[in-house]
Amino acid sequence: MLSILRPNSVSLLAYAIYLSFAGALALAFVPKGKTALARWLALAFAVGGLALAVQGFIAGMGQGLVTLVDVPWVPSMGIHFLLAADGISRVLVLLTGLAAVAGVLFSWNIDLRTNEFFALYLALIGAVYGVFLSFDLFLLFVFYEIAIVPKYFLIAIWGSTRREYAAMKLVIYSFAGSAMVLIGLLAAYTTAGSHSTGLVELAHAGLPASFQMWCFPLVFTGFAILAGMWPFHTWAPTGHVAAPTAASMLLAGVVMKLGAYGCLRVAIALFPRGLDPWGFSFIGIGSWRDVFAVLAIIGIVYGALVALAQTDFKFVIGYSSVSHMGFVLLGLVTLNQIGVTGAVLQMFSHGIIAGLLFAIVGRIVYDRTHTRKLAELETMHLYKRLPFAAWAFVIAGMASIGMPGFSGFVAELQVLVGAWMVNPWWVAAAAVGIVVGVAYIWRALQKAFFGDLLPSAHVLEEEQGHHFAAITWPEVTGVVLLAGVSLFVGLYPKILLDAIEPAVKTLLAGGAQ
Amino acid sequence: MNGIHLLTLLTVLPLAGAALALVTGKHARSVALVTTFASLSLALIIWTRLPVDGSIGLVEQHAWAPSLGIEYHLGVDALGALMLVLAAIVTLMSVDAAHRVHHQPELYFALVLMLEAGLFGSFTALNFFHWFLFWELCLIPAFFLIKLWGGTRRGPAATQFFIYTMAGSAVLLVAFLAVFLSTGSMDFPRLSFLASTGELEQMITAHLGPVMMWLAIGVLAGFAVKVPMFPFHTWLPAAYAEAPSPVTMLLTGAMSKMGVYGLLRIALPLFGHQIARMRVPLLVLAVATVVMGAWAAAAQKDLKRIFAYMSVNHLGYCLLGIFALAVPAVGTGIDKALQVSQAAALNGVILQMFNHGITAAALFWFVAMMQQRTGGHRGIDQFGGLRKPAPVLAGLMGIALFSSLGLPGLNNFPGEFLIFRGAFPLSWVAATVSLLGLLVTATVILTVIQKVFWGPLPEHCANFPDLHHGERMALAPVIGLMLLVGFLPSLITISVNPTVVNLLAHWRF
Repeated sequence: MLSILRPNSVSLLAYAIYLSFAGALALAFVPKGKTALARWLALAFAVGGLALAVQGFIAGMGQGLVTLVDVPWVPSMGIHFLLAADGISRVLVLLTGLAAVAGVLFSWNIDLRTNEFFALYLALIGAVYGVFLSFDLFLLFVFYEIAIVPKYFLIAIWGSTRREYAAMKLVIYSFAGSAMVLIGLLAAYTTAGSHSTGLVELAHAGLPASFQMWCFPLVFTGFAILAGMWPFHTWAPTGHVAAPTAASMLLAGVVMKLGAYGCLRVAIALFPRGLDPWGFSFIGIGSWRDVFAVLAIIGIVYGALVALAQTDFKFVIGYSSVSHMGFVLLGLVTLNQIGVTGAVLQMFSHGIIAGLLFAIVGRIVYDRTHTRKLAELETMHLYKRLPFAAWAFVIAGMASIGMPGFSGFVAELQVLVGAWMVNPWWVAAAAVGIVVGVAYIWRALQKAFFGDLLPSAHVLEEEQGHHFAAITWPEVTGVVLLAGVSLFVGLYPKILLDAIEPAVKTLLAGGAQ
Repeated sequence: MNGIHLLTLLTVLPLAGAALALVTGKHARSVALVTTFASLSLALIIWTRLPVDGSIGLVEQHAWAPSLGIEYHLGVDALGALMLVLAAIVTLMSVDAAHRVHHQPELYFALVLMLEAGLFGSFTALNFFHWFLFWELCLIPAFFLIKLWGGTRRGPAATQFFIYTMAGSAVLLVAFLAVFLSTGSMDFPRLSFLASTGELEQMITAHLGPVMMWLAIGVLAGFAVKVPMFPFHTWLPAAYAEAPSPVTMLLTGAMSKMGVYGLLRIALPLFGHQIARMRVPLLVLAVATVVMGAWAAAAQKDLKRIFAYMSVNHLGYCLLGIFALAVPAVGTGIDKALQVSQAAALNGVILQMFNHGITAAALFWFVAMMQQRTGGHRGIDQFGGLRKPAPVLAGLMGIALFSSLGLPGLNNFPGEFLIFRGAFPLSWVAATVSLLGLLVTATVILTVIQKVFWGPLPEHCANFPDLHHGERMALAPVIGLMLLVGFLPSLITISVNPTVVNLLAHWRF
C-alpha cells in the first residue's frame, strides 16, 4: 500500500479510477429530484478524472512503462492489483477523460432518474480507466467485465429505439467475446506454468508456437467483437442508436476502443507467434494476420456502404463507427511500427470524432426535432434554424472523412502506410472505404442540414408556430472541446505520437509494454 | 527582418481576420478590407525580399510529425511570391466588389478570408502535407460560398465543383502516398533533387514496380481538374456562373492558379521525365483547351459563362507553354536555342498566370456591377448602348476586355507573346493551331463590346447609372496595373527570370 501513499506524479493516474468509482457511489446517494446537484457533481468528477489524465499524460512524457500500484491480491495464483501506464495507456486514458467530460455535458438535459444515470455513467468510466491501466491479466479482465453492466442499464433504461433488444444484444455479444477471451487466458496461464498473471511476465513466458497459433485467433476475435469487427459488428449500430447520447458517445468513443486495446495489449503482445504464416495459403490468405486484415477491410468497406444506404441519421453514424474501427484493426495486424502507431492514434481520433458526431445527431438535433429520419429532416431547413448544429456537423464531418488538419487524417494515413508495407492490395481495398466515407457524410450533411425543399424556413416556423430551443452552454462547450482536440491533434500529431511511438516499439519488440 | 517569420505571418493574418470577422457582425466587411489590405502590403514586402539569384528564400523549417515525413517547411521564390501578390490583389478586389452581402455577412467574409489563407498557405508550402492541408482549406470555403450565396442553381453547381475537386485531391493524395512510401520524404526540394538526379524513379520502381508513369498521370489529373484542362473542365461553367460574382473573381483569379502553380512546383520537378514522354498527347489536350474554350465562349449568351469559358481558354495558353517546354532530352549537349525558347515560354506562363488573374477578376467585377444596376441581368442580349448612359464604365470595361483580348500595351499581351515566342520553335503545330483560339477570342470579345455598349438602349437600362466615385477609385488601380504591366512587363520579369532559369536548370526531361 505504500506506493499509493507516496505517489510519484505519473502514478496519480490510478486515482482517475478511484475517483470515478467514488463519484458513482456519491451520485447513488444523491437524493432523487436534486437533478442540478447530480449534474454538477457528475461534471466535477468527470473533470477531476480528465485533470488527472492530463496531468498523468504530461508527467509521463518521455517515460516508458511506469508502475502505478502493485499490491498482491490473490497470492496463491500470482494475481496482483497491478496498475501501470505506458504511452499507449496514457493516450487512451486521456481519450477517456475527454469523452467522459463531453458525455456529461451532452447529458445535461437528462431529467429521468438523473442521479442513477450519472452513477452508472461514472461506474462505466471508472471501469474503462481500469482496463487501460491494468497490467495484470486477471485485473484487466475484471474491469472489462465491470464495464458491461452499466452499459446494459444505460441503454435499457434511458435508451430509445428498441432499447431492450439492443441492450440485450450488446450484452450477449459482449459476454460471448469475454468467454472466448477467458478461455484463452486460462489456457495461457496454465500453459505458461508461471506463477504470475502479470502481462509482462506472461509475454516473457515463452508460450509454445503451436499453442499461440490457436490461442491468438480465439482471444483476438473475443476482443475484436467489442471493437466491431465484421461479421460480429451487428451489436454496434443497434446499440449505438438505442443508447442515450452520452452512452452512444462512450460506446463508440471509448468502449469499442477497449476491444481494440485488448487485441493489441493481450492478443498481439502475448501471442505474437499466432500471427506467423501457416505454411500454406488459400486464395492468398496464409496466416491469421491475413484473415483478420481481410475482415478489417470488409468492415471498412461494408460499414461505409451500409452507412450510405441508411435513412436514419443516427444509423449513418453507427455504421461509420464500424468502418472507422476497421482502420484500427487493420493497423494492428500490420505489426509494423507505423501501422500500429496509426491504429492507436486512430483509436484516439475516432473516439473524439465519433463522440462529436453522436452528440450532434443524438443531442443537438434530435432533442429539438424529435426525428432522426433523414427524409423528415430534409424538410426542416436545419441550416437556417440550427446553424450551430449545421456548422458543428460540417467540422465533425470533415474530421470524419479524414480532411487534412484533423486527427483522422494523420491516423488513417499512418494505417494505410503501414498496410501498404505489408500488402498494397489492402490499401487499394481500404481506399474504397475512404471514398464511400466522403459520400455518406456528404449525403447526410446535404439531407439533414442543407435541404432546399419548400416551404422556406421562415414560412415553416410560422406554420408550426415555434422556434427550436436555443443552443445551451453545455452543448457549445462540448462541441468546442471535442472539435478543438481533433483539430489540435490533427495539426500537431507529434504530441500524441511522441507518447505512442516508443510504447509501440517496445510492444512489438516483445514484452507486453 | 530574419527574426520575423513573414510567410507564417502572412498565412495567419487572414485566419485571424476570419475569426475577427465572425464576431463583428455588420462590420465584417470592414474587417475583411483591412485584413486583405494588410495582406497585400505584406505580400509586396515579401516580393521585395526575394533572393536575387531566383532560388527559394524566406525559408522556415521546423519538425512537425517526423515519422510521416511531415515538416513545417515554407519558402518562396519569385513564382510563389508573384502568386502571393496576385492572391492578395484578387481577394482585395473581391472583398471590395462584395458590398451588398445582406445575408450573414460575417460568415461570408470569414469564409473569403479563410480562402485567402488557404491560397497563401498553398503558395508557400514546401512539404506535401502542409501544401495539401491548405489546398483542401481552399476547397471548403469555396464550396460554401457557392452553396449558400450562389444563384438559383447553386446546389448542383456546388456539388459538382466539390466532387470534381475532391476526386482530384484523392488522386494527388494516393500518388504522394506512393512517393512517400518509396522515398520516406514529402519535402518538395528534396524530392525535386532526387528527381533531377534520376534517383526518384529508381527508388519508386524498386519499391512499387514500374508505376512512375501512373503516378505522373495521377498528379497531372489532380492539377488538371483545378486549372481546368480539357476534358476535366465541365464543372467550371456551372460553378463560375452560379457563384456570386465576387466569389467567381476568387475562383478564376486566384484558385485556378493553384492548379498551374502545382504543375510548376510539383508535377514538372518530380515527373518532368514522364511528362516529356507524354508530351504529344498533353499538347493535344492543351490545344483542345485553348480552342474548345474559345469556341464554347462564342456559343454563350450569358456574360458570366462567356468569361468562364474565356478563362478556360486563357489558362489553356499556360498549359500550352508548360507542355511545349517539356522537350525530351536528346543526348548530352547543351542546345542554346532550346534553352532560350524554354525560358521564354516559362516566363510567359508565369506572366500569364498573373495577368489572367487580374484581368479575369476585373471582368467578373464589371459583371457584378452590371447585375447590381439592372437587378441581376447578365445576358448579352439584355444589354445594349450602355456607352451612352455609362461612358466611364464602358471605357474601363473596354480596357479590361481589350486586355483579355491580348492587345499590345495591355497586360495580357507580353505573357501570351512570350508563350507563343517560346512554344513556336518547340512545337510549331501546337502553337499554330492555338492561334485559332486567339482569333476566336477576339471575335467573342468584339461581339461582347458591340452587343453591350453599342446599338439601341433597352428600356430597362434607360436609367443605368454610371460608375460612382467610389467605384472609380476602386477600379483605377486595377486598370492602372493593367496598363503598367502592359507597358513595363519587365517590372515582373526582372524578378521572375532568375527563378525561371533556376527552375529550368533543375528540371529533368
